[in-house]
Amino acid sequence: MTEKTCDLFDCGHRACGGCGAALVARLVTKAAGKDSIFVSSTGCMEVFSTPYPETAWKVPWIHSLFENAAAVASGVEASLKKQGRKEKVVIMAGDGATFDIGMICISGAFERGHDFTYICYDNEAYMNTGIQRSGATPYDASTTTSPAGKCSFGNKRQKKDMPAILAAHGAPYVATTSIAYPADLLQKVEKAIATPGPSYVQVHAPCCTGWGFEGEQTIAIAKLAIETGLWVNYEMIDGKVTKVKKVVRKPVEEYLKTQKRFRHLFKPKRQDAEIAAIQAIADKNAEKFGIDIKLPPKKE
Amino acid sequence: MMEITEGSHAIAEAVRLCRPQVISAYPITPQTHIVEALADFVANCQLDAEYITVENELSALSACIGASAAGSRTYSATTSQGLALMFEVCFNAAGMRLPIIMSIANRALGAPLSIWNDQQDSISLRDSGWLQFYAEDNQEATDLHLLAYKVAEDHSIQLPAFVCFDGFILSHTYEPVDMLTQEDVDKYLPKFSPYERLDAADPISFGMYATPEYYPEFRYEMDQAQKRAKDVIAKAGKEFGAMFGRDYSALIEGYRLEDADTAIVAMGSICGTIKDAIDEMRVEGKKVGLLKIRVFRPFPSEEIAKMLSHVKRVAVLDKNISLGAKGATALEVRDALYGSTIPVKGYVLGLGGRDVRKKDIKEIVALSEKGQGDIFYGLRKELI
Repeated sequence: MTEKTCDLFDCGHRACGGCGAALVARLVTKAAGKDSIFVSSTGCMEVFSTPYPETAWKVPWIHSLFENAAAVASGVEASLKKQGRKEKVVIMAGDGATFDIGMICISGAFERGHDFTYICYDNEAYMNTGIQRSGATPYDASTTTSPAGKCSFGNKRQKKDMPAILAAHGAPYVATTSIAYPADLLQKVEKAIATPGPSYVQVHAPCCTGWGFEGEQTIAIAKLAIETGLWVNYEMIDGKVTKVKKVVRKPVEEYLKTQKRFRHLFKPKRQDAEIAAIQAIADKNAEKFGIDIKLPPKKE
Repeated sequence: MMEITEGSHAIAEAVRLCRPQVISAYPITPQTHIVEALADFVANCQLDAEYITVENELSALSACIGASAAGSRTYSATTSQGLALMFEVCFNAAGMRLPIIMSIANRALGAPLSIWNDQQDSISLRDSGWLQFYAEDNQEATDLHLLAYKVAEDHSIQLPAFVCFDGFILSHTYEPVDMLTQEDVDKYLPKFSPYERLDAADPISFGMYATPEYYPEFRYEMDQAQKRAKDVIAKAGKEFGAMFGRDYSALIEGYRLEDADTAIVAMGSICGTIKDAIDEMRVEGKKVGLLKIRVFRPFPSEEIAKMLSHVKRVAVLDKNISLGAKGATALEVRDALYGSTIPVKGYVLGLGGRDVRKKDIKEIVALSEKGQGDIFYGLRKELI
């Protein structure tokens, strides 16, 4: 029998086919390398990768609770420092664990300046418990706790700006990236790990089950999020934006219509005002980060 | 060397001598003097430890989990509301079998807010898997930290431990304490050698999730470790006695109990008051004795049944109340004596720092002689 190996995050885990988060685990472990210790929050990734007595992690890995990954990582880092060990500490947490329940632990750990890299795999809702809204859920997305209905268009709020919050803590390196751009992801995670102090990388990781699309569309949808300006890949060094992925922007509709979570914006009837409101969010992103590539006017 | 010192200072000194590599704590009354003293030791190079000043107690114990899993001897301290905030983390640390030691300066739980002593906080975590030691005086509070590390880190146990002592009554009181030296402690407590740890050279996964096919065996193993701890405590306590002259091999201690008709059962600093009251009652011809519980988890059921087998009645004093039921110690002592005809009555007292005096102990003995008990003792009738 030949052993099939899939990097430091092994194959044979129990994620859905086309899971964006599983790809994050695979790419981040690749970037971090074997001399690293991973700290996970409770969530989809923790559950699909470590059903006792099996584990997909070929690097040392610890999971404690939903909200405390940043505090556990603080302890791991202090422990390694005391012992004179050189392993890198990498946190792997979902958006619920990061934007919501883990905020206090994260704020404390970033303020203390521990040397770790915090990866948030952002699939924009609580997927493990059945697609409930989180602070990362985008405007108008229908979830099981922000359902679209006769008098609701779904989630009433925009995503919380976590990168800005952590940059405000003085994090020396903050970046956003996407599974649609693996080279960018690898480069940013490597840079984050190489930067002393607390770094934050937020990875857009579509969830086929939660967002409602076929598993083979994951990468295409992640790419559309960037091409419409609803997700921006950028890098902040010492609080200043230093690098932005520029695009020739497409209308947000092209992204929205691919997913069931936005279906109510098109059926039973098209909701022009809501689509325009989402377009305005993309336009604001474009203006804030300067992502638009200006094409020369077409010749007649 | 004997020194007249504050309880908190003596405890901090004992912790220093145990050479914790990572300390993580959050200030809360009446624990603060301990964590301040430890911070001072680190600031003055008297203790070579990483000291993590966390943003709350949940993070304090969470950081200890990470530090312990990565292979360091780890320490924290808290009380009351802080311990309640750690509830989830306490179960988690025990489930991961991490030998973290935490001092508990016992204090009441709100509401209403109270900074004063009772033992509701640690008692409420009796099901969490932590070993629980209770000190009568500052000497014991100090010594029990060494014993706790020795027992918790034993590879056959691998459970975290609370060392509990009454807030203010012990933590802020000056008493003579025999302070150990680094040389003594190093001889007693070897360097921490974790059973397993997070290590890139030998990757393992900690804290996985378990389906119903696996979960009950994890709980069973923890219960077995608790039970094994009785022997490990006996051995480590005896060794402590041989080295320093104070024997902690017994989980319970009797005081003038051999010929007693009435046995009082209690835990913590109240035992000192009880001993004085017993001495006075003995002069009056009353055959009263004390059974002091030093280790509440593992609970010494068989030992208690044996030590109380000859008495006519048992009065259990609880500085806690399982509301809607009884004090926790009364419930467990009654369970220990199940099948015997000895009447066991519970007395809930000293809640939220209400003072307990010798005359209260005498009154409780009189009540138990009349068969009256299972009550809140010493309530102010005009407030009810």
